[in-house]
Amino acid sequence: MKQLTVLSGKGGTGKTTITASFAVLAKNTVVADCDVDAPDLHMLLHPKVVKTQEFKGAKLAVIDEEKCTKCGECREKCRFDAITEDIKIDSISCEGCGVCVVVCAVSAISLIERISGHAYISKTKHGFMAHAMLSPGEANSGKLVTLVRQNARILAEKEHSGLIVIDGSPGIGCPVIASVTGVDAGLVVTEPTMSGIHDLERALQLLKHFGVPPLVCVNMYDINRDNADRIMSFCRENSIEVVGKIPFNPVVTEAMVNGKSIVEFAPESDVAIEIENMWKKILSALEHGSD
Amino acid sequence: MIVAIASGKGGTGKTTVAVNMALSLKDVQLLDCDVEEPNVHLLLHLNINEEKTVYVSTPQVNEELCDHCGKCGEFCQYNAIFVSPEKVLVFRELCSSCGGCVIVCPRKAISEEQHRIGALKCGSADDLEVVYGELNVGEPMAVPVISEVKKQIKSDKIVILDSPPGTSCPAIASVKRSDFCVLVTEPTPFGLHDLKIMVQVLKDMEIPFGVVVNRAGIGDKRVYEYCEEKNIPILLEIPHRRKIAEFYSKGVPFSLEMPEWKPKFQKLFREVRKLAGK
Repeated sequence: MKQLTVLSGKGGTGKTTITASFAVLAKNTVVADCDVDAPDLHMLLHPKVVKTQEFKGAKLAVIDEEKCTKCGECREKCRFDAITEDIKIDSISCEGCGVCVVVCAVSAISLIERISGHAYISKTKHGFMAHAMLSPGEANSGKLVTLVRQNARILAEKEHSGLIVIDGSPGIGCPVIASVTGVDAGLVVTEPTMSGIHDLERALQLLKHFGVPPLVCVNMYDINRDNADRIMSFCRENSIEVVGKIPFNPVVTEAMVNGKSIVEFAPESDVAIEIENMWKKILSALEHGSD
Repeated sequence: MIVAIASGKGGTGKTTVAVNMALSLKDVQLLDCDVEEPNVHLLLHLNINEEKTVYVSTPQVNEELCDHCGKCGEFCQYNAIFVSPEKVLVFRELCSSCGGCVIVCPRKAISEEQHRIGALKCGSADDLEVVYGELNVGEPMAVPVISEVKKQIKSDKIVILDSPPGTSCPAIASVKRSDFCVLVTEPTPFGLHDLKIMVQVLKDMEIPFGVVVNRAGIGDKRVYEYCEEKNIPILLEIPHRRKIAEFYSKGVPFSLEMPEWKPKFQKLFREVRKLAGK
């Protein structure tokens, strides 16, 4: 079974638009939305939830007001600035580490479990989907990403799927690391802007760091052709295959407004045709990659 | 006064709003808290005058003192310490640097060592003071670098803070303790969906907020309908123009080339100040 992660470094470059199209074009594939704090893929693929799991991430400290002497030791030792001046837990800042519990002289503090989000196994028109929703403001997104990927693997095994396509989140931190470790290829979607180039380079370094073979797609390449050329030559110099060059086309937004992937909404559009070509190249790259 | 610029969805124009607003005002300190992918410095010609390394503390076990009692491993909520009968293994990438293992060790066998995870850079572009952080590639935890950036806040200035996308810990750490949050969105279904999540976060954090609609004219009207229904002020609309996108692609803040925008960003700030009660 192969796994492909779509990532970008910079947000808003078109990861989800492209992943949704792959989900439609692919045969017998499981998709996983690993952007768990701002997931958008479901708005294009309309999954029907088959199974919901509670996700317990970080625990939460609670203070027994009757026992508390307001000595302030917990506040002093907390490194997350999660205890207020009047000795109350700031639940948004609390990481559930338990330091306050062990330093409290009167045993007034305990840790409780909290539900930090939900993971879902769903069915779409095009196959199975694993996704999740982190509760707003919660930590531990990397752990929830790991759960989504685990669910995707179970589904893929059950369904005898040959491929899992993972939609990642922006950035290069913990949820992205959890999305790329151990996959067969990482497709970095970039745009021809100074920020896009800068963030592409960091995303490629991340893939290299974790030993993931890179592929690149330049989205909206005609917004700045000079920058697009810079990306092309950068990739050539570093022997990285550019599998797609997608033009800017407002029909992409129209498709989104209509809740459809671009390959369904406007299959004859230049964007859809280029995504199809790109998909073929990715399949062949995955095929030729080592197992 | 601290104004955070944030959005759930990436690529909606946070950096564009932060930089153009900063350039339209006087006595500003601009902080880039998107330490995973900092972009503010790409739009400004910065003179860097200070660089610092950012460290986190991780446990180091002195095997000579350790009797493998296992208390540290039991304590650690992140499974960052595994105690076997012969050896203690520390998984640094899982550690959140809470320091609890040092406290619970009865034999004082654990100390903390400093591990570098990123860098802090301070500089200026003419009168504008800029601070940004950079997380080292491969490091999972952005928050300690964000905290380091925020330690540089000069509270006598107008502080504008560019936040990372998303709604989890890095975004929270960035907007925490701001006087106001400007949520940048685009009028599309993705923009609206992620805006709603961020609105919930800010309500929980009791931070006042308003919305800037970027790329106005694309998509649909649902962002406007939502804001009207929820009484969320729309502070500014930036139209979808190829010219603006091209300036951004070249790394040029568009208000420098389109000076009619300066008064609009000044008005945005006056509105923010009024709503924040400052």
